[in-house]
Amino acid sequence: MWMRSALAYRASFLMMAFGNFAANALDFVAIMLMFSRIDALGGFSLPEVAFLYGTSGVSLGLADLLLGSIEGLGRRVRDGTLDVLLLRPAPVFAQVAADRFALRRLGRLTQALLVLGWSLPQLPVEWTVGRVLMVPLMAVCGTAIFAAVFTAGAAFQFWAQDAAEVQNSFTYGGHAMLQYPPTVFAKELVRGVTFLVPLAFVNWLPALRLLGRPDPLGLPGWVDFLGPVVAALMCTGAGLAWRLGLRAYRSTGS
Amino acid sequence: MWYAAVAAGSFRRYATYRIATVAGVFTNTVFGFIVAFTYIALWDERPQLGGYDQAQALAFVWTGQALLACTGLMGSGGLEELQERIRTGDIAVDLYRPADLQLWWLAADLGRAGLQLVGRGVAPLAVGALAFPLALPGDALTWGAFLLSVLLGVLVSFTLRYLVALASFWLLDGTGLALISSLACMFFSGMVLPLRVFPGALGEVAQLLPWAAVLQVPADVLVGARSGGALLRGLVFQAGWAVALLALGRLVQSAATRKVVVHGG
Repeated sequence: MWMRSALAYRASFLMMAFGNFAANALDFVAIMLMFSRIDALGGFSLPEVAFLYGTSGVSLGLADLLLGSIEGLGRRVRDGTLDVLLLRPAPVFAQVAADRFALRRLGRLTQALLVLGWSLPQLPVEWTVGRVLMVPLMAVCGTAIFAAVFTAGAAFQFWAQDAAEVQNSFTYGGHAMLQYPPTVFAKELVRGVTFLVPLAFVNWLPALRLLGRPDPLGLPGWVDFLGPVVAALMCTGAGLAWRLGLRAYRSTGS
Repeated sequence: MWYAAVAAGSFRRYATYRIATVAGVFTNTVFGFIVAFTYIALWDERPQLGGYDQAQALAFVWTGQALLACTGLMGSGGLEELQERIRTGDIAVDLYRPADLQLWWLAADLGRAGLQLVGRGVAPLAVGALAFPLALPGDALTWGAFLLSVLLGVLVSFTLRYLVALASFWLLDGTGLALISSLACMFFSGMVLPLRVFPGALGEVAQLLPWAAVLQVPADVLVGARSGGALLRGLVFQAGWAVALLALGRLVQSAATRKVVVHGG
């Protein structure tokens, strides 16, 4: 239904879809402009940065397609429309996620897939079956990790109703960070996204393994393969946070 | 004066969103750190890129984060409300009022920008200055010139967003256009990358477009890349675009309001 309503204003829908595509392409245009002036950033070449960009973008794009609407939760808590969802005989989580499902979000995913596809044949990697399989596995785990961050951020809004932007700094900020090589950032920051909010498992650690580069924290090699475990743990944690948030919810009464 | 009251009311209105402001400061600071580190890597590779040294480049990053909300760079400057009023037809009521539509919204936007300059501008810049060596001016005169330049930047940004909002008279749903316009603003204002770093002709053309007045010129004033004659030329460039686009807004507004009369008749 949301799809049909979006298509009603056709000119606007086309502009939205294009805009969504371009909004993400813009990040990559910035990277290309940088590389028109340099050959390597933090020791990484353009195809390697494009690979990081693509894997991070695909994960975020998929998570955004599935759960992106959830960031509107704070508004629903504020204006009281969440109560309506509580009355319906369907899980609130599913309802919030499906609310205003926006086809235009395919723009981000398409663009990230294009960049990823462009980067793959240019990487200095000898492709074995295992290495080929690592790429889709990264995408799946990355999607799960971003989805967990989306959910946890939304759960946080049950308490801090006005703070949707904090969630953005973890999702979109995380994505912005993951599209650059970890060598660019200060060690404390890399530690933060490895141990605190383990976004490094979305693409940094497996990508470093794939590209045959040492990781800047000097972690043991098997850590690179922990992606699925981290994703599962994060999803469990986010699920618990969501339940806790929903239980703590007090209607505004309006 | 009426419009001063509108501006003050708008200032107070945005001041009530305290948690949202703190959350916004947090986000601007996080993004500031991420971009600052990539610029350090970039300037390590090519020192003096675009004529900036590293401290100037870093100051540029944090100025961008500090002005992001104030200049409405991402398009969300409260004018969606005008857009919505046009879509729903409430605009007809506004046109009956004995106030000029453009000046009314300009006053409201200036109030909003003022609050967000203080609320969302000072803290990120201060954090940036603590964490990185920034090239910030030591004299009050340069800070004054910077504030004047920010004011002109907000004016230009308003005129662009106002034109986008007025387009709803024809498009009805203007969200798509608003998105594209905010992208153009992000890209051509220097937010994505300073315009002086853009290669060749692209950089030269980009510095002549109105979006350059929104961030590139004020940031250049603050980081000391514009002084003396260049500073004056920058301010004139901004004022020129502001006047031209305000006039264009007038023209489009009168065309649009005539359309409303036809519509309602």
